[in-house]
Amino acid sequence: MRAIRLEIFVASLILSLPSHALLAETVLIVQAKKILTAAGKTIEDGTIVCVDGKIQAVGKTAEINIPVDAKILKCEIVMPGMVDVRTCVGLSGILNIKHDSDQLESSSPLQPELRAIDAYNPREELVEYIRSFGVTTVHTGHAPGELISGQTLIAKTIGNTVEESLLIDGRAIAATLGEGSTKAGKQSPGTRGKQMAMLRALLIEAQEYKSKLAKQTEAKPDKEKDTNKDNPSEPISRNLKLEALVDVLAGKKALMITADRAQDIASAIRLADEFKIKLWLDSAADAHLMIPEIKAAAIAVLLHPSMARASGAKENLSFQTAAKLHAAKIPFAIQGGFEAYVPKVRVILFEAAVAAAHGLSFDAAIESITISPAKILGIQDRVGSIEVGKDADLALFDGDPFEYTTHCVGVVINGQIVSKEN
Amino acid sequence: MLFHKISVAEYTLLLTMPAQSHCQNKSATLTTRRLFLAQSTSAISCAFIADRSLAQSTASSPPGASPSDKPNLGTIAWVNATLLPVDKPRIPDGVLVIAGGKISAVGSKQSTTIPSDATRIDAKGKWIMPGLVCTHSHIGGMGAADSSSPIQPGVRILDSINVRESGFRRALAGGLTTINIMPGSGHLISGQTVYCKLRYFEQSPRVVDDILIRDKKGEPIGGLKMANGTNSQGESPFPGTRGKSAYLVREQYIKAREYQAKVAAAKGDASKLPPRDLHLESLVEAMQGKRIVHHHTHRHDDIMTVIRLSQEFGFQTVLHHVSDGWKVAKEIAAAKLPCSIIVIDSPGGKLEAKDLVFRNGRVLDEAGVRVAFHTDDGITDSRLFMRSAALAVRAGMDPDKAIAGLTLAGAEMLGLDDRIGSLTVGKDADFAILSGDPLSSYTRVLETWVEGQLAFDLSKPQDQLFAEGGLKAGSDLDPFLCCYAQAWQGGAK
Repeated sequence: MRAIRLEIFVASLILSLPSHALLAETVLIVQAKKILTAAGKTIEDGTIVCVDGKIQAVGKTAEINIPVDAKILKCEIVMPGMVDVRTCVGLSGILNIKHDSDQLESSSPLQPELRAIDAYNPREELVEYIRSFGVTTVHTGHAPGELISGQTLIAKTIGNTVEESLLIDGRAIAATLGEGSTKAGKQSPGTRGKQMAMLRALLIEAQEYKSKLAKQTEAKPDKEKDTNKDNPSEPISRNLKLEALVDVLAGKKALMITADRAQDIASAIRLADEFKIKLWLDSAADAHLMIPEIKAAAIAVLLHPSMARASGAKENLSFQTAAKLHAAKIPFAIQGGFEAYVPKVRVILFEAAVAAAHGLSFDAAIESITISPAKILGIQDRVGSIEVGKDADLALFDGDPFEYTTHCVGVVINGQIVSKEN
Repeated sequence: MLFHKISVAEYTLLLTMPAQSHCQNKSATLTTRRLFLAQSTSAISCAFIADRSLAQSTASSPPGASPSDKPNLGTIAWVNATLLPVDKPRIPDGVLVIAGGKISAVGSKQSTTIPSDATRIDAKGKWIMPGLVCTHSHIGGMGAADSSSPIQPGVRILDSINVRESGFRRALAGGLTTINIMPGSGHLISGQTVYCKLRYFEQSPRVVDDILIRDKKGEPIGGLKMANGTNSQGESPFPGTRGKSAYLVREQYIKAREYQAKVAAAKGDASKLPPRDLHLESLVEAMQGKRIVHHHTHRHDDIMTVIRLSQEFGFQTVLHHVSDGWKVAKEIAAAKLPCSIIVIDSPGGKLEAKDLVFRNGRVLDEAGVRVAFHTDDGITDSRLFMRSAALAVRAGMDPDKAIAGLTLAGAEMLGLDDRIGSLTVGKDADFAILSGDPLSSYTRVLETWVEGQLAFDLSKPQDQLFAEGGLKAGSDLDPFLCCYAQAWQGGAK
């Protein structure tokens, strides 16, 4: 109750501003029969006031004064703009040809130095496509397929340049365990054992590099000394590969490990434990067989799309995994993931709908593509729920968002109407 | 001998059926094959021979045998259900009666008499629709043509099917009862397809023979898979361009015509018959309408090429995938070719599918084209087949037409609409019992019945495993599809 009163109070403050401020283009009112806030409550007959790209007020329509002449969008249901917790969209393009496929560099199995910011195309048609169904934020980057394929970034699905779209660069480093990243012939890694040996060796190298860096900083706290020619000690050459992993060791970047089979999930947990790193378990088809281990490791699961193919490493996947993770109180979000063929991009709205039909509660399914991914990604102060002070990122529907026959009738990012379903 | 061995007389009959060689005849629609079958019903003894040989080779009930020979095929009546007969309007308070593996009554509570010996089942709140028909599926670990050449019409997919592959169980969990198992699209002509019934009862099928759909002579029924566009292009001897693709196909059909003429000229004299050629024989069957051509095609100009070739050679064609169909809907309607379309969650994945849209079904239907959906499983999951129709409805397709697209329209496209595809008296008792509206995302398939027997029951743990997924519910191998493998290896064609 206190929260609601506070919001109404804030709303009345805004609405008491001089009218010319209210009528500026930066004001948008969204009204819905139901506001799914993803913040623990559903508001019937509600209104959201967006000012300068932020949510300034949310509450019962009857309790919020609507400024005359303000632009009002009305719909049946409004929910927070969706957050895709793991996709390759923008690096992996609609045509699936060399020209638009930058999600995987196969020249070497270990390339944590590859930045997503240098590869993300914000004007990719598929970015616009998923946005039209209400996806407003993506955690995207290098694909599964190499032992370490590169980095990821977090972006809004709007913007002409990556800089305009960007929320966080270098959020995680993508790694893959299991058959997804083994190589044929005499190339390494050819086995699971070799994969872990290579990862451990590289992380140990990064640990040494990290301590050398620390010693150098200790020895020469004054920056000017660095350029002093009289200083006898050699400055450490920058190593971009190890720098990226130092960020992982320091907890600045997560290590996102794609691991579907139970033994690969166990290996990922073992690795994170050994090096004390922040692990995100990606895809995790066998997660339903590993609930106690995942729970004990206190890690988040970026769960494969519900409609991923039940074959190969994902042969044991289950529509019920989301429900089981939720019941075990393991933090998880449902991802769009990477597709090599078709559908070239998956829409998390559709993926969550299938989970909702297979044991996951409606509210938990909404959360699995909004506030849960925002929390896992560490951007919950900006996006993921409809709360005062957050970015005005909204998805409007003409009915239950999970029904196949419902439409996304409007998408708002930073308080601007950006698209609707075709 | 698992299959009926063809006699010289039948061989001649087969190859001398009049070809529908000109466009005036192309509208000789999907009933052509049935007409042919009706003319050759005298071969009942052949079916008997085939059945007996199968009975010896397997412990399961003989395929093609009269359903009344089978056990547990009593009279059952479901009452108080919402019925979607498909060939008639929805019946809100309906009664479905089956007997001897066939549908014996369909109607409202008021107008339907339930036999006194029937087992009554209260289906209040449940919906019953015909078993789903998938015109295009790749389950069963199948593989027909290999990479040696682009045209291999004599290769049969039925020689490759593993009936123990879990995909069949998952398909039943989606309410499917009939599927057309197809080779992939990496060839201009990749072989013969086969139509299967998912006869997974208490005793599972042991060999592929147990799931085949047979004609009145006891022979398995199937189509012919063809493809154009980029999937079937490649390094020599595969074509490198669209022009070459069409040329290679025309060349083969012209050879097949000549072959057909030689067979006809021999007039049954074995000494005058040309050496038997399985590839050409298959193409002759296509030109006779005995084998429906299931033609993979995406881009609008490729669609027009299929129309052009089917008119030149008179093969009876179903257009498959048809991503650009909405751009040439009038032309498809004018050519009277049915479309079995795919619904994918996003466009692209390859250039020729970049304009794939949810409204394809609506636009084609409104233009007068008969529309069915298919799973293309493993491209989409058979368990969620109804979703394809629902997404078409999302984009404005008439709901009844969309439901027909999961059932009767598909049956027509396989030439099996006299047996399956609707809740119609006399048809096979193939149906799905649902928790609600098939177009709702929350609806679950509760039971799937095939030829009067329960083949999937969500309340049984073993069936639930395949419906939900879990340990050993999937396939240990990724789908064997050229396009899929190529995509992983660095870009689709």
